[in-house]
Amino acid sequence: MYAFSYQRPKTLAEAANALKAEDAKLLGGGQTLLPTLKQRLARPSDLIDLSAIPDLKGVREVAGGLEIGAFTRHAEVGQSEVVRRVIPALAGLAGNIGDRQVRHMGTLGGSIANADPAADYPAAVVALKTVVVTDRREIPGDDFFTGMFETALQPDEIVTAVRFTKPDQAGYAKFRNPASRYAVVGVFVAKFGAEVRVAVTGAGPSVFRADALEAALAADFRAEALDGVAVDADGLNADIHASAEYRAHLVTVMAKRAMGTLE
Amino acid sequence: MPSRVTMTVNGKTVSREVEERTLLVTFLRDHLGLTGTHVGCDTSQCGACVVHIDGRSVKACTALAVQVEGCSVTTIEGLAAADGTLHPMQAAFREHHGLQCGFCTPGMVMSAVDLVRETPDLTEQEVRNALDGNICRCTGYHNIVKAVLAGAEAMKAEPSRIAAE
Amino acid sequence: MANPNGIGASVRRLEDQRFLTGRGRYTDDFKRPDMTHAVHVRSPYAHALVKGIDATEALAAPGVVAVLTGADMEADKVGSLPCGWQIHSKDGSPMKEPGHFPLARGRVRYVGDAVAVVIAETREQARDAAELVMVDYEELPAVASSTRAVEGAAALVHDDAPGNVCFDWHLGDKAAVDAAFARAEHVARIDLVNNRLVPNAMEPRAALGEYDASNGEYTLTTTSQNPHVIRLLMGAFVLGIPEHKLRVVAPDVGGGFGSKIFHYGEEAVVTWAARKIGRPVKWTADRSESFLTDAHGRDHVSHAEMAMDKDGRFLALRVSTLANLGAYLSTFAPSIPTYLYATLLAGQYKTPAIYAEVKAVFTNTAPVDAYRGAGRPEACYLIERLVDIAAGVAGLDRTEIRRRNFVPAEAMPYQTPVALQYDTGDFAKNLDIALPLVDYDGFAARKAASRATGKLRGIGFATYIEACGIAPSNVAGALGARAGLYESAEVRFHPTGSVTVFTGSHSHGQGHETTFAQLVAERFGVPIENVEIVHGDTAKIPFGMGTYGSRSLAVGGSALVKAMDKVERKARKIAAHMLEAAESDIEVKEGRFTVAGTDKSLGIGDIALQAYVPHNFPLDELEPGLDEQAFYDPKNFTYPNGCHVCEVEIDPDTGVTKVVAFAAVDDFGRIINPLVVEGQVHGGLVQGIGQALYENCVYDESGQLLTGSYMDYCMPRAEDVPSFTVRTHEDQPCTHNPLGVKGCGEAGTIGASAAVMNAVVDALSAYGVTHLDMPATPEKVWRVIQAARPAPALAAE
Repeated sequence: MYAFSYQRPKTLAEAANALKAEDAKLLGGGQTLLPTLKQRLARPSDLIDLSAIPDLKGVREVAGGLEIGAFTRHAEVGQSEVVRRVIPALAGLAGNIGDRQVRHMGTLGGSIANADPAADYPAAVVALKTVVVTDRREIPGDDFFTGMFETALQPDEIVTAVRFTKPDQAGYAKFRNPASRYAVVGVFVAKFGAEVRVAVTGAGPSVFRADALEAALAADFRAEALDGVAVDADGLNADIHASAEYRAHLVTVMAKRAMGTLE
Repeated sequence: MPSRVTMTVNGKTVSREVEERTLLVTFLRDHLGLTGTHVGCDTSQCGACVVHIDGRSVKACTALAVQVEGCSVTTIEGLAAADGTLHPMQAAFREHHGLQCGFCTPGMVMSAVDLVRETPDLTEQEVRNALDGNICRCTGYHNIVKAVLAGAEAMKAEPSRIAAE
Repeated sequence: MANPNGIGASVRRLEDQRFLTGRGRYTDDFKRPDMTHAVHVRSPYAHALVKGIDATEALAAPGVVAVLTGADMEADKVGSLPCGWQIHSKDGSPMKEPGHFPLARGRVRYVGDAVAVVIAETREQARDAAELVMVDYEELPAVASSTRAVEGAAALVHDDAPGNVCFDWHLGDKAAVDAAFARAEHVARIDLVNNRLVPNAMEPRAALGEYDASNGEYTLTTTSQNPHVIRLLMGAFVLGIPEHKLRVVAPDVGGGFGSKIFHYGEEAVVTWAARKIGRPVKWTADRSESFLTDAHGRDHVSHAEMAMDKDGRFLALRVSTLANLGAYLSTFAPSIPTYLYATLLAGQYKTPAIYAEVKAVFTNTAPVDAYRGAGRPEACYLIERLVDIAAGVAGLDRTEIRRRNFVPAEAMPYQTPVALQYDTGDFAKNLDIALPLVDYDGFAARKAASRATGKLRGIGFATYIEACGIAPSNVAGALGARAGLYESAEVRFHPTGSVTVFTGSHSHGQGHETTFAQLVAERFGVPIENVEIVHGDTAKIPFGMGTYGSRSLAVGGSALVKAMDKVERKARKIAAHMLEAAESDIEVKEGRFTVAGTDKSLGIGDIALQAYVPHNFPLDELEPGLDEQAFYDPKNFTYPNGCHVCEVEIDPDTGVTKVVAFAAVDDFGRIINPLVVEGQVHGGLVQGIGQALYENCVYDESGQLLTGSYMDYCMPRAEDVPSFTVRTHEDQPCTHNPLGVKGCGEAGTIGASAAVMNAVVDALSAYGVTHLDMPATPEKVWRVIQAARPAPALAAE
């Protein structure tokens, strides 16, 4: 890794100020950023560690759902009694990100700000009618992810929390890359009254909603309703592990399996 | 840029000047001479470097030493009792031949201890699933899984020692 | 068994205490005063000319001590990394043996080929500076696969190897095979790829070079399976250092699986550089670097045909294999696809005629050499896949065709048509033991139950035999080995009765410190904790050929027995003198020397003390001391054999294959420590299952490694594999070594891949699938199902 300066601000204002440095980068749990730095694929001037800012941490039950601080680690979300009660599918998703050691370090804010196409959280952020709260505004979860490793965040903007809407029912299933254990395809299904949201991570350059699956489930909210519903492979990711065609197929399969985990 | 970092490692307070880019595993191995924590990959997957930070298993290759400022770190060297008596999980690995070359072993044991402390009652399948952050090339996992299950039972019988870490 | 820690006891390992408490000492753990750190500058191109190297900026970077290149090595007359085995082509010409320099000279031939080394005060400083070394490359066309390498227009990896061919070799009686095919009733055929693998010992390679100017001695501490071999190769051929001035230490080594047998350029670089800069130099590979530069394994493309009579009896086997050797010849590379492969093509079957052709080619990829099993898994996979296809062609059950063609136990010793003479083995017995272990009779019901839940279930068999315990030196020499393949041992009784054993074998996980100590405890009745096994240091051990080819116990253990024989012979003379009896009247049992028919006796401890304090000692007949050394050169290979059975369940929706049951029945001859043996089998099985389902080393057409980390190269995890049912039987001991042992280190890997793939193909047989290349990844399996849908057999049910 290249040399950098390290800071651990105690308040959001200090962090925001530090982030004004030319090539400063925020450090959440570091589970993606540090491997990237170790491979010398990035060269930040400053790393601003958000771990000492109390405002960024914790799970709060709010009207209509949950608010989770950006610096809340995956393991905390996965084990939170509140999350398990209010949106159990979200706890399930967080409790299966990466491996146990990654979950002890990785954070919600770090994951979504990085916008890795194979990350799990983006599926929940898009499916659960979220609002991403930053140090200056609120961004609808639907508008947050703009492309591969790209978000609606300004370069000096800091995610402080994500507000999740409690669904009637939700479920998440993923097909893990056997090597990296990242999601080849992850599908989050959430039902809000008559509305069904199906958010897909891993399959495309960025998380997306699968219209055909949503329509089928809105008409008939059972896994069987997805039989024969195909997802277009056009534009999906392809690599040595999975072709676009296979990924497209897996989207439907994982959606059906997510329906089997509804809570 | 050098920076002073202070933490508790295996019950002792340590303080060193390090480059800020120093990884926790480098700090432990090169600065403190605790070479039981190993580096087996550079993509945070093999788990040979697992240590406990404030009691939770973490990959020491994916944390900066400065991030751990003020924390309590336990490495494999700190697991056995002062008189050399093995921790029940270490003893179980030996009893069940859960190690061969020994390179993944420290990380595997540290992961297992953390796992069992959180979930004392585990099935074989749960153990297998929970070890997905640790790679072993020698044992085929068969005896590691047996060892973790046996170690879990032994840890139940010795709760006071476990809490002391 | 009289001694609770003797032969046959599952003694808990003595070495575990240090490994479990973080006190193991691996090469990267060593730290020397004034030590520097080396980082290699490596080619990003698969094939390029190196037109210039500008180190100006790197030399000015903080902490940099030196930047050295191939030109510096050439100026110091550093030689090429030697190859330890010479193969001759069909036409009698020797294999092509191009230069292989520790730092490239003018041309790089694979991604990762080293062009320079940066030495700095810290590793990070060396990494920083390595990026500042400006290398002027002129990229050349590259060839990354064996099949492309032999195409007419392919780029040449080495100008002096036309057609990229290293050798074109054959074995067997072509005329007899052709004649048998001419009269065959049935012929089974297969085309298959044995996928390339990266060994991935969990400890990355590392090397620490030191030079003592006061006496001109060099020390290399390295991650090696055979330090004496490294001393010989590097000292004599690369650096020109005589053995008495070069010490090679292989301390605790974190797994090898073959990849740490070979002499690598980095070892020579740090040793040479240590003298050049006058300070210790340490290099430790990143995992990414290991992927690029460790010798890889397998990588065969083969066509095979089996001729049968009307009853499915094998008449002849014909095999043609294209083997990828990579860019340069690694230490034992030429022997792997030849004498460790084609000689095993008889398998467990009495096929009377066999003919194999092997064309070995250079490509712009990392060198390929021995990886656990080394040639034998390739042979087993080919035979056992072909036998399954033959069963279909001949209309026989897969167990029946095997039984019908097994070499019967009573035919032992059995001379195969491909050079080997099997000493013992009861192959039908292995199968008989295995079938109930997996409840073969209940398989149909389990298959139906799987089908009811939408899953496909299959069962597969693999029988294997391997030649290991390598090797009789005269035979190996006749076949092209440039070294002997014996082993040495020294047994030193100390005055107070404790024992140090020095062995040329090397443990990198196998447990020698325990199993070798068991042999001593058994023989002399000494407490096992009083026996220390020392290995891995050329300054301590007389000599050694190291550990590979499942040879430690069969060859190294036999050397230890010979040394113990010598100790006992001398001790008997001493005892006779002390007891005032004739030597012939002394009876020896477990370290107790008794005058026959009396209660007069001495323990080995009493004798050892007298040997070193020789006050009542036959000084006119014997020298003082009790310290004996022996070399053992094996009389034959040993032939571990067995039967593996695998049951899989496939999810047709995702293509995911799950191994639901696996039983391995192995004949390893006599067993010293059952716990250790089972552990060896478990680990081997997972490497075999890994090849079948998960692992695959992929280069793109330009020679870039696409699977260069654990993000893309799939290492089996605990959740990917089942627990195993492992059985051994000991009633077919090896007939030609004193322990009756055969070796167990590679067996699991040799049999498992074939058993898994036979089960996968069985599960998919309803879709008309007769073969699938490894690894059976989810997408590959899903695709064959898609291509066949709807499966007629399934639709009909």
